[in-house]
Amino acid sequence: MVKLYIPLDMAAVAMGADRLAAAVAQEAAARGETVEIVRNGSRGMLWLEPLIEVETPAGRVGYGPAKVKDVASLFDAGFLTGGAHLLNIGIVEEHPWMKKQNRVTFVRCGVIDPLSVAEYEAHAGFKGLTRAFEIGPAAVVEEVTKSGLRGRGGAGFPTGIKWKTVADCPPGQKYVVVNADEGDSGTFADRMIMEGDPLSLIEGMLICGYAVGASKGYVYLRSEYPIVAKVFQAAIEKALEAGWLGKNIKGSGFDFDVELRIGAGAYVCGEETSLLESLEGKRGIVRAKPPLPAHVGLFGKPTVINNVLSMATIPMIMEKGAKHYADLGVGRSRGTMPLQIAGNVKYGGLFETDFGIPLGVVVNEIGGGARSGRPVRAVQVGGPLGAYVPVSLFDLPIDYEAFAAKDSLIGHGGLVVFDDTVDMSWMARFGMEFCAIESCGKCTPCRLGSTRGVETIDKIRNGIDVDANIELLKDLCHTMKFGSLCALGGFAPYPVESALRHFPEDFRKPALEAAE
Amino acid sequence: MRNVRTEREEMSGAAQYSDERAREIIAAHMGLEGPAMPILHALQKEFGYVPDAAVKVMAEALNISRAEMHGVVTFYHDFHRAPHGRHTLKICRAESCQSMGAERQARAFLDKLKLDWGGTTPDGALSVEPVYCLGLCAHSPSALYDGEPIGRVDAEMLNEIAAEARD
Repeated sequence: MVKLYIPLDMAAVAMGADRLAAAVAQEAAARGETVEIVRNGSRGMLWLEPLIEVETPAGRVGYGPAKVKDVASLFDAGFLTGGAHLLNIGIVEEHPWMKKQNRVTFVRCGVIDPLSVAEYEAHAGFKGLTRAFEIGPAAVVEEVTKSGLRGRGGAGFPTGIKWKTVADCPPGQKYVVVNADEGDSGTFADRMIMEGDPLSLIEGMLICGYAVGASKGYVYLRSEYPIVAKVFQAAIEKALEAGWLGKNIKGSGFDFDVELRIGAGAYVCGEETSLLESLEGKRGIVRAKPPLPAHVGLFGKPTVINNVLSMATIPMIMEKGAKHYADLGVGRSRGTMPLQIAGNVKYGGLFETDFGIPLGVVVNEIGGGARSGRPVRAVQVGGPLGAYVPVSLFDLPIDYEAFAAKDSLIGHGGLVVFDDTVDMSWMARFGMEFCAIESCGKCTPCRLGSTRGVETIDKIRNGIDVDANIELLKDLCHTMKFGSLCALGGFAPYPVESALRHFPEDFRKPALEAAE
Repeated sequence: MRNVRTEREEMSGAAQYSDERAREIIAAHMGLEGPAMPILHALQKEFGYVPDAAVKVMAEALNISRAEMHGVVTFYHDFHRAPHGRHTLKICRAESCQSMGAERQARAFLDKLKLDWGGTTPDGALSVEPVYCLGLCAHSPSALYDGEPIGRVDAEMLNEIAAEARD
């Protein structure tokens, strides 16, 4: 019997993976071949999806992007034994895109059957938790702090400090909450890890719950990810069956449950306090801080709230030790960052690498430049609240502080590439429009400022009082940045200001045709 | 080319609203901490939208004011206050998809159907909604048709979907 892998990853499915898997099974049956098709996560080489992998004695051989119409010719070419074919990319692990990475968080993603606890364990799964049980809660918090892990959601706050704050609260009801409301355009790392290696997130939550003294964990997932919802719910059930969730886990005396909750299309619920409100069943309105969620969080109880990637990286840190992780990266940006290369780009996908790699290398060498074949003009880094970075700043290293020094941010590690046909005043307008649509409405700078921003940019685009209105727009951005309650209003000016700063010519075209 | 209906949620199967059924759905979730969102999702799944009558029943069950309940329902883009099209097409208009010309393409499609964002065709077949990122950004432009993700959407595929929805 031959083992085949065809991803269940949403991006692979969007390119026809379900139909492909059905066609391969049908063709195999017709030819009397026995095959086992494992639905794995994606390797992250998304331009090759759907990618079929065939297990051979030499390793897993990849074929992609494979369509239903290619199935017959793949069988004819003897792909079940790794035969030559136009779509053959060779041994997947040896592919240059894979070789150049340092996979830490994504080490198992695409490799294992995401819903097999046995395979997860065979790939070092639950070793981190087992070690945590050995060293005790206080040492776990210490280890996470020493690793230098910073929140991968965008703000980059040290994870260990958050955990310590909650651990230091008096015993009682505490919560672990995972923020899986990955709303930034150009990002899909949370989605990929939850589809490709969901047990790593569950293990991270277990370690966290054990360290801070919480027995209940919630995952708040955006509704735009229907496949994640199915896979992750199934993973919770598998973990329960295997005794890795529930009461007295593996005889440790530690109890922990995980519950999946689905959002309802509000971007602002990716903001941690708004997320907590939503979990409680209220409008997703941002809370003023302090009090911090670590002190007064979900239902008023001390709560650790971490991004998916931060939490999914914990098992590896516990398994290999803080030093192993801290030795990677540069400056205060320790470890690795799963970069998501997206937009108008030739080789889009997920590329995990140590911090410090220059932006231009990621876009041009790894991403292969614009898919359209035209010159790259700008890259928006860090989602809809991130700055547009021009080609002249392509030597900027991927590092929280280096980006901050250029009024930019890394955020959740999403890179959206634009070619030279982009109209930057339109993108600035869209940034404000998006903020207006998604504002929770609690604070005035965000609620009103965003709408005024759209109106002002419209005036500029229509050539009305351009100089005065650009000044007004800059002033408005300043007010929003420093007067807003949360990152939505506070960071929405970043794309606008960066567009103004790096692409002023786009705001001074005499007759701008509406990009609509 | 998209003839295998594996993961579709058929909106046409929506049940007729009754207070009794709404109470059953609510009761099934009352053991949860903060049950409002799971209840709203379940109500919408059952009836295709969240009727005003259900909001009233829910407010009573959760012991909060109707105004507060109304506030919750209307805050979230996903919850519909009125019956929706039998099929739903969500087209992404976030930055990544815009970098591949999604905005222009979507606008042309909407113009052809004589719809605006959020509108439903007069025969009740198809609602077209904006969505801000589906996490399919390496395959922009993208869309979600009745829960089925679609990458590299072009005008031809959009027209196919519109035709299929009418059947």
